[in-house]
Amino acid sequence: MSDSTLLMVDDLQVTFDVRPRGAWPWTPSLKLHAVGGVSFELEKGETLGIVGESGSGKSTVARAIINTIPASGGRILWKGQNLLSMGPAERRRHRQAAQMVFQDPLAALNPRMKVGEIIAEPLTTHAPDTPKAEVKRRVGELMERVGLLPNQINRYPHEFSGGQCQRIGIARALILNPELVICDEPVSALDVSVQAQVINLLSELQRDLGISLIFIAHDLSVVKHISDRILVMYLGRVMETADADTLIERPVHPYTRSLVQAVPIPDPVVELAREHPVLEGDLPSPLNPPSGCVFRTRCPRALPACAQGRPEGQQIGPGHVSWCPVTAAEGLAVSS
Amino acid sequence: MALLEVTDLNVKFETNDGIVSAVNGVTFNVYEGDTLAIVGESGSGKSQTAFAAIGLLARNGHATGSVKWDGQEILNLPEAKLNNIRASEIAMIFQDPMTSLNPFLKVSEQMEEVLTLHRGMSRREARAESVRMLDAVRIPDAAARITMYPHEFSGGMRQRIMIAMSLLCRPRLLIADEPTTALDVTVQAQIMDLLRDIKDEFNTALILITHDLGIVAGACERTMVMYGGRIMERGTTEEVFARPTHPYTLGLLEAVPRLDRREDVLPTIPGEPPDMLKGFPGCPFEPRCPMREPRCATEIPPLERLTDTRVRACHRTPEDVA
Repeated sequence: MSDSTLLMVDDLQVTFDVRPRGAWPWTPSLKLHAVGGVSFELEKGETLGIVGESGSGKSTVARAIINTIPASGGRILWKGQNLLSMGPAERRRHRQAAQMVFQDPLAALNPRMKVGEIIAEPLTTHAPDTPKAEVKRRVGELMERVGLLPNQINRYPHEFSGGQCQRIGIARALILNPELVICDEPVSALDVSVQAQVINLLSELQRDLGISLIFIAHDLSVVKHISDRILVMYLGRVMETADADTLIERPVHPYTRSLVQAVPIPDPVVELAREHPVLEGDLPSPLNPPSGCVFRTRCPRALPACAQGRPEGQQIGPGHVSWCPVTAAEGLAVSS
Repeated sequence: MALLEVTDLNVKFETNDGIVSAVNGVTFNVYEGDTLAIVGESGSGKSQTAFAAIGLLARNGHATGSVKWDGQEILNLPEAKLNNIRASEIAMIFQDPMTSLNPFLKVSEQMEEVLTLHRGMSRREARAESVRMLDAVRIPDAAARITMYPHEFSGGMRQRIMIAMSLLCRPRLLIADEPTTALDVTVQAQIMDLLRDIKDEFNTALILITHDLGIVAGACERTMVMYGGRIMERGTTEEVFARPTHPYTLGLLEAVPRLDRREDVLPTIPGEPPDMLKGFPGCPFEPRCPMREPRCATEIPPLERLTDTRVRACHRTPEDVA
C-alpha cells in the first residue's frame, strides 16, 4: 500500500447473530454473513462507488468503516493503522476524519434542533473549546458552500425540502474537515430534478476540498457519473471492480453484465434497440448462501465447477479485477 | 373510440393548511391496447390523476370534470357501481405490494375471493384459475406456494402476485403506479418484461405512472409529462424524448445521468419542486424555468395541439425550446 492510500480494507467480514424464531435460549444463533471477505483500497481524493442490490452488504461495509457496526474479521487500515485494534482515543480521532451522509435526509436530522445547531454539533462535540464566534463562522461558511441561505440558520428541519435537508446533512459531514465522506444512497430519496443538484454539489465539494468519497447507491447511472472507480457487490462479496468507464463499457463478470443491461436508458430509440436478457430469480437468503460463487444460482454462465470453492480474483486489466474464472478469458481478449 | 376519456379533470384536497389543487385541467384519452406513461416528480399530480379517474381519492379529496369509461360517465359514481367496473374492467397495482396485500390472509384466499365474487366461480375453479395466473406471471411452484402468506415472498414475487391478482378478471385497462420503484434493478427488469408480455397476451391497455424516464423509454408508446398538477406536454414517447417542446421536459431529460454517456457536470433544473399549498397564477414551472417570460408568472399557458399526437402547454414556441 502506497503513501497516497487513505484506506485499505482487507478481507473484511461482518457477521450478525440471528436468533431463529421460536428458538430455545440454549439453541445457538445463526450466523448471517452480511459481508464475506471484501477487499479494496481507497486513494486520497478518489471517489469509489459501491453498487449492489438490496442485501448486497454495501451499507454494512460503510458502517464497518466508520465503526458503527463491529467487523468480525479482516483488517481496515486507516493510513496504515488497523481500525479494529485502535484504542478509544484513536477511534475518536478517526471518527472526525471519516463522516457519513445518509439516505433519508429528514430522518437523519434531529427534528428538535435548529439547522445551525445540527451543522455545528460535530464540531461542538469533538472540539468543545472552539469559541462560539468561530463555530458560527464555520457554520455560516458551510451553509453558503452547500447552497443554503444564511437566514435559514434558525429554522428547523421540517421547514426544508428533501433536497435542502440533504444539503444540511452534507454541511454537517464537512464541518470537521474530514478526509473521507461516505454517502449511503444520498440521492435515492430525492426527486429527479433535485438529484442532479446534489450529485453536482458532491462532486464539486470532492474536487475543491480534495476529500475521498465512498458513494454507495443502487442506481448504476448515478454511481457511474460520480465515481472514479466502481466496486460491484452481490450477497456480501465483491464481484468485479474497475474504473467507472471500463466497468460500464466492458464489464466481464456475468453479474455486472446483467446489472448494466438491466439499467434502462432514458431514450426510446436506444432502449428499444438494446438487448435485455432478464436475470431470473431473486437474491438467495444470506443465512444460507450458495456454495462456491454466491451468484451461481442466478448466473446464466454457471458451470458445475462454480459450486466448488470461492472464485479467485482474475486480473483483467490495470485496476480491473473480476471474480469469475469462467468469463475471465473473454475479458482478457477484449482488453488486450 | 377511446377506452378512457378524461376531460378537464380537477382534483382539490381540503387540508388543515388550506385547499390544495393537486390536479388542474388534465385531459387525455387511453385507447384499446394503448400504453401511456404519466411522468412527473412528487407533487406533479400524476398519481392523483389516476386515483381520481377510478374513484380512489382520499376522503378529503374532490374531483370535478369528466371521466368516461367506454363512453359512460364514471366520475363520482357511487361506490357500488364503481366496484363493478374496477374489478372487471380496470385494475390497479401499486408501488409497495406489501401494503396492498392483506398480511393476514393467504395468497390463495385473496385471489380466490376476487374470482368467486366477480366471476361467480366455485372455490375449486377459483383455485385452479389462481394457480394458472400465478404460473403465468412466472411464480415457480405456484400450486404449492399459493397457500403461503404475503410476507413469505420477496418484494419482486409480491409484485408478481399483485399483477396476477389484478389480471384475474381480464381487465381492459391496467394502471400501474410506480410498480418497480421499491424493487432492485434486476427485479425491475423482470417486472417490466412481464408487463410487456401481459400487454401482448391480453391486449390490456396500460397506464404507467412513474418518475423514472428510463422505464418509460422501454415500455410506453405515449408519454404525458406533468408538473405542479398540470400537463406540460404529451406525445409519442419517441418524439417527447427526441424533441421535447417544453422547457421542463428538456431540463428533466438532461438532468438524468445516463449509462451510455460521459458527462462532467450534469445540467440541472434550479430550485425545488413546487409547494402545492400555494396556488399558481401562471405556469407552475415558471419559478424554475430558464426560458420564462413576464407573462408566464401571471397567465396559465393553455394546452395547445401541435399535431395529431402532440399537445403542449407553454407560452414559448416549440422552436424556442428546441
